[in-house]
Amino acid sequence: MIADLTRAERLRAMIILGVLTATGLAMAVAGRDDLLGIHGWVVAAAGLFGFFAVAGKRDLPEPDPERLNHYYDGPTRVGIVLTLIWGVIGMGVGFWVATLLAFPEFTFDAAWASFGRLRPVHTSGVIFGFGGNALIATSFHVLQRTTRARLPDQLSPWFVLLGYNLFCVLAASGYLMGLTQSKEYAEPEWYADIWLVIVWVVYFAIYLRTLARRKEPHIYVANWYYMAFILVVAILHIVNNLAVPVSLGSAKSYSLFSGVQDAMTQWWYGHNAVAFFLTAGFLGMMYYYMPKRAERPIFSYRLSIISFWGITFMYMWAGSHHLHYTALPHWVQTLGMAFSVVLLVPSWASAGNALMTLNGAWHKVRDDAVLRFMALAAIFYGLTTFEGSFMAIRAVNSLSHYTDWTVGHVHAGALGWVAMITFGSIYALTPWMWKRPRLYSAKLVEVHFWLALAGTVVYVFAMWNSGVIQGLMWRTYTESGTLEYSFIESLVAMHPYYIARAFGGLLFLLGAIVAAYNVFMTIRMPAPADEAATPDLPAQPVPVAGE
Amino acid sequence: MFGFHYNLERSAIGMVVGIVLVASIGGFIEIAPLFTIDETVEAAPDMRVYTPLEVAGRNIYIREGCYACHSQMIRTLRDEVDRYGPYSLAVESQYDHPMLWGSKRTGPDLARLGNKYSDAWHTAHLNNPRDLVPQSKMPAYSWLLRDQLKTDDLGDHLAALRTVGVPYTDEMIANASMDAFAQANPDSSAATDVAARYGEATNIRLFDGTAERLTEMDALVAYLQVLGNLTDAAHQPQTQEAE
Repeated sequence: MIADLTRAERLRAMIILGVLTATGLAMAVAGRDDLLGIHGWVVAAAGLFGFFAVAGKRDLPEPDPERLNHYYDGPTRVGIVLTLIWGVIGMGVGFWVATLLAFPEFTFDAAWASFGRLRPVHTSGVIFGFGGNALIATSFHVLQRTTRARLPDQLSPWFVLLGYNLFCVLAASGYLMGLTQSKEYAEPEWYADIWLVIVWVVYFAIYLRTLARRKEPHIYVANWYYMAFILVVAILHIVNNLAVPVSLGSAKSYSLFSGVQDAMTQWWYGHNAVAFFLTAGFLGMMYYYMPKRAERPIFSYRLSIISFWGITFMYMWAGSHHLHYTALPHWVQTLGMAFSVVLLVPSWASAGNALMTLNGAWHKVRDDAVLRFMALAAIFYGLTTFEGSFMAIRAVNSLSHYTDWTVGHVHAGALGWVAMITFGSIYALTPWMWKRPRLYSAKLVEVHFWLALAGTVVYVFAMWNSGVIQGLMWRTYTESGTLEYSFIESLVAMHPYYIARAFGGLLFLLGAIVAAYNVFMTIRMPAPADEAATPDLPAQPVPVAGE
Repeated sequence: MFGFHYNLERSAIGMVVGIVLVASIGGFIEIAPLFTIDETVEAAPDMRVYTPLEVAGRNIYIREGCYACHSQMIRTLRDEVDRYGPYSLAVESQYDHPMLWGSKRTGPDLARLGNKYSDAWHTAHLNNPRDLVPQSKMPAYSWLLRDQLKTDDLGDHLAALRTVGVPYTDEMIANASMDAFAQANPDSSAATDVAARYGEATNIRLFDGTAERLTEMDALVAYLQVLGNLTDAAHQPQTQEAE
């Protein structure tokens, strides 16, 4: 990776890593009486390690100018590996917290091992670690292929990928120590948030700089989604994380907003983290890898336009459906409900566009488990968005809210849609990136497919059952007009479903481990002799219907 | 329309501006008015602020991720009002930076938990929930009784909270550490100052049952015992009835 950098870039890398080290040391000194100090040492260690790694190789010869005839895929390759590592960690912790809900004694009297601290490690691990790395890795790949332009330089993609992973490490280690803002899916504290903004600006700049040098007049639809993901996540992240630190030597901060305004901002963020991180970004993935793998053009250019702008516009209104019947003013709840229902139109336009793309390639879906992952993802995307619109209706929400039904809905989307499209894309991408003729084992992909599907179905059905039972028990009255069940009775009724859920999660985790093994064995396969002989540029653009 | 888009998608800047504009509308219309429309938050002249000890307890509640399983938001539904008490008003979390309304009830709602159980019950329950509720799925927080509460920087915490809008006085900020100690030591000489500064309704008790040490248990129990008791507004006759 360092040999790829030009000498000027190596110097720039050393300056950046030097500044990072100094910042870490400053945090360590300022926060010596606080947990901030520990994170200061983590940052300083990361900076120092990087600095010496680059310094040790700074005198390597300049990279071959011939490289400019090729796409730059080094960051994508590392990103794929990081995706799989975070996937196994995040899903492993998910299985662990699911087990804790069934058997709460397994906290072992250790604060870091209690449910409340481990749960964000699971959510951030899978959303940001697994999902985020997958988005960064695939976006660099898709961006270059669809613009027929190489990334603008060799340094900034590494800065984005590794800087982002430093953010993930700060987040996960912080939760274990008890550092959290308590804002769901935005738990990291102020200094980690600022670091993510810096990384994100560079990420966006890579996009604009590459697009500026594109050899295709049109920007392909996958890039619209990746750009919406980068831009809107930046807006959401900055607004939702506005906070005042206790001091520059303290990790703790207090959010700028309070009460009802804070709740609305948080769920405006929270629901659009689902929309622009877990939907828009992964739709970008789907719009490239599914047509490539199926060797079919996208069914409809016009549907793509309608669904893209529909999703971009309407999702931002939907967050208030998380706050039905609360102290949030009624008019905001009603707006959120209305837009959530209408949102089904662009969502199903996307899902339909994906499935219609497979018309004429269904025999491939039958034979090729990689494509089947993507097809299943599109189906789950359609199912989950339908369920989401349904649950946003106030009367339905009165039953489903606060229960496991919500958890089941989230996992139908996260396991069925996000993880399936990611695994499908990674399986397609890995042989291309390492220039191998095929994956190590198609059989293992088949095994993974059925583990993933079975795990998702078990998980979601368990949570649907427990959620509906829970919601009904809470609202059941006796004939004399008193509540029929105590709270603890509803909790006891959940126990078998919590065991089933942990089992479903375990199946899904096993699938992820199989995937990691398969990809690593593919990387270890011998490369064909004529590797890298032909330049990538110009490559064939993905055909777009309507052009 | 599709002809327009055919040209738009040839411009990176055009797409960027379009995405930002289109995505900003919803948030702007739904969030900005919440800061300007007066009826959004009810008036409650008797509203108290959290004491330094309660702030510290609230931070422990956040640190341990209690909000992942407990909501603090009673909805305007008959069964919730019957189970938990009057539905939550916006003003009750007016000083909550951040709010802890929660999104999941693996355990029950806590919005009106204050003074529902004794301090001794909370201390024993947090130490090991299954000692009191055998079927409970809550983790045992036994380290709360072992760990001494960090109070030296509570003045900075109150000052930061004042920056974001909580009406702490200079006197409250200057005495924050001492007030935290005194609130859990009713026999100490400073205990009367706490009541003078934060109101007669303030709970000044031996929360964890021992006077010698100020533990994290003291702080967390003090916080749990004030939940729903910062104002009486929710117990006043309400214009909007539960559905």
